[in-house]
Amino acid sequence: MIENQNKSSIIRMFHVHKDYGAKKALIDITLDISKNEFLFIRGPSGAGKTTLLKLLYLGETVSKGQVLIDGINLSRIPRKRIPLLRRKYGIIFQDYKLIATKTVFDNVAIVLEAMGKKRRFIEKKVRSVLRTVGMEERLHSLPPILSGGEQQRIAVARAIVGDPKIILADEPTGNLDEDSADIVLDLLKRFHTRGATVVIATHDKELIRKTSKPGGRVVHLKEGCLQKTTTSESGSDDSLL
Amino acid sequence: MILYYKRAIKDILDNRFLNAVTIITIAISILIVSAFALFFVNVNDIMSHWKKGIRIMAYLKPGIPEEKISDIKVKIQGMNGVQDARFISKDEALMRLKKQMKRQSSLLEDLKENPLPDAFEIRMTTSSQSKDIIERLATRLESLPQIDEVEYGQRWLGRFTNIFNLLKLTGYAMGGLFFMAVVFIVSNTIRLVLYSRREEVTIMRLVGATDRFIKAPFYIEGLIQGALGGIIGLIALFVTFMFISFNMEQDLSFGFSTIRFLPPKVFCGIILCSMFVGWLGCYLSLKQFLK
Repeated sequence: MIENQNKSSIIRMFHVHKDYGAKKALIDITLDISKNEFLFIRGPSGAGKTTLLKLLYLGETVSKGQVLIDGINLSRIPRKRIPLLRRKYGIIFQDYKLIATKTVFDNVAIVLEAMGKKRRFIEKKVRSVLRTVGMEERLHSLPPILSGGEQQRIAVARAIVGDPKIILADEPTGNLDEDSADIVLDLLKRFHTRGATVVIATHDKELIRKTSKPGGRVVHLKEGCLQKTTTSESGSDDSLL
Repeated sequence: MILYYKRAIKDILDNRFLNAVTIITIAISILIVSAFALFFVNVNDIMSHWKKGIRIMAYLKPGIPEEKISDIKVKIQGMNGVQDARFISKDEALMRLKKQMKRQSSLLEDLKENPLPDAFEIRMTTSSQSKDIIERLATRLESLPQIDEVEYGQRWLGRFTNIFNLLKLTGYAMGGLFFMAVVFIVSNTIRLVLYSRREEVTIMRLVGATDRFIKAPFYIEGLIQGALGGIIGLIALFVTFMFISFNMEQDLSFGFSTIRFLPPKVFCGIILCSMFVGWLGCYLSLKQFLK
């Protein structure tokens, strides 16, 4: 049981295990993520990066251990409050997860509709966010006709439209060319400067080099275990949890 | 709420085929069930009309003096369920018989003596026209010492009531079966819609949509499907009814009643039931799907 929460921590994982039957996806993960931190989780495919993110937004539940988000213990959260927890997040998926039958506008607006915002506010906010990601022109397009880069920008727009406290991005540039990747990363950085905590799961060393701020933390995962934490400019094992 | 309605209507239009299948299924079931309802409404009318004509004939023993007749009449009229008791003398009875026999009435001319008994023709109050009450009253009449025989068409009254009750029971059973079948089909159709949109539902949940936000449009869809199915089913029934009633004489061979369409109360009740069926189908499939 975690007694005291570190005041600056927005995410705390304490001896977290996740098993899928006999397969151990995460083993004894203990990790603190501070408010407004820009953190990378790095590791090869199958290292447990996506599983770790899923545990944060309750896409999965822990097998053992505890996860605290903004002081809320996820093991004890009532089912009814899960949607409220998820509104703290903006989630960007590797496969975008856009609704193919809804327009770009509707895909972004759904977050605010789910929050119960007024129609006029939704119209204004969605247009503004789509302008920010450079997709205002494609307001009425359906996602399948957009390029991968454009779809990912819509996914970013959807992630930031509700002004979340935390952005979780799973391989946000995995399917993108270099220019599109730069645009998406730039958007994430801009949102981070406005106070959000950003957690990016990636296997891409180059992405970390280009994006992280000096001293930014990189958490290394391998076969479900947290191996080490490095800072972006040194790449050295300068801190362990 | 307006948002939910808009989403529901948009969803129906986006999934036209599946929704059309559901609506047609509901319409066919409503057509069959309301055809039964229509049948019962009309049979009930005929029964009520016919029951109004029910009378009991109480035949007196021979040789009852005239001064006793009024006493017997008072006794009979004092019995529970009796509206009116009219004395028919044997002479009047013979006159009636002659009238009914028309050309063959000459056969009665040669009679030396009137073989018919004096009788009372007893009419029942509206609330006392059931088979049981009539039977009870007949037993009481038979117990009077002056009464020789009581007649009220026991056999066919019993048979007709039994057949009607059997049909009624069959109607309820059919209604129940159709209700279950429609709920099953609607819930499965909605499940198909949900499966085709499971990615969308998953995404909605991931962006913080509550179950209510996800479910509400589906419930509205179910209600709309039920209402449309109900209305289409009843329109089909009305068209069939009009066709049949135009092609057969309004005054049926029963001779005393005309057929009519379902009364507005039943009409509205069927549409409400149909909406309930649509909603229930949605409720069951959503409950399972969103577990």
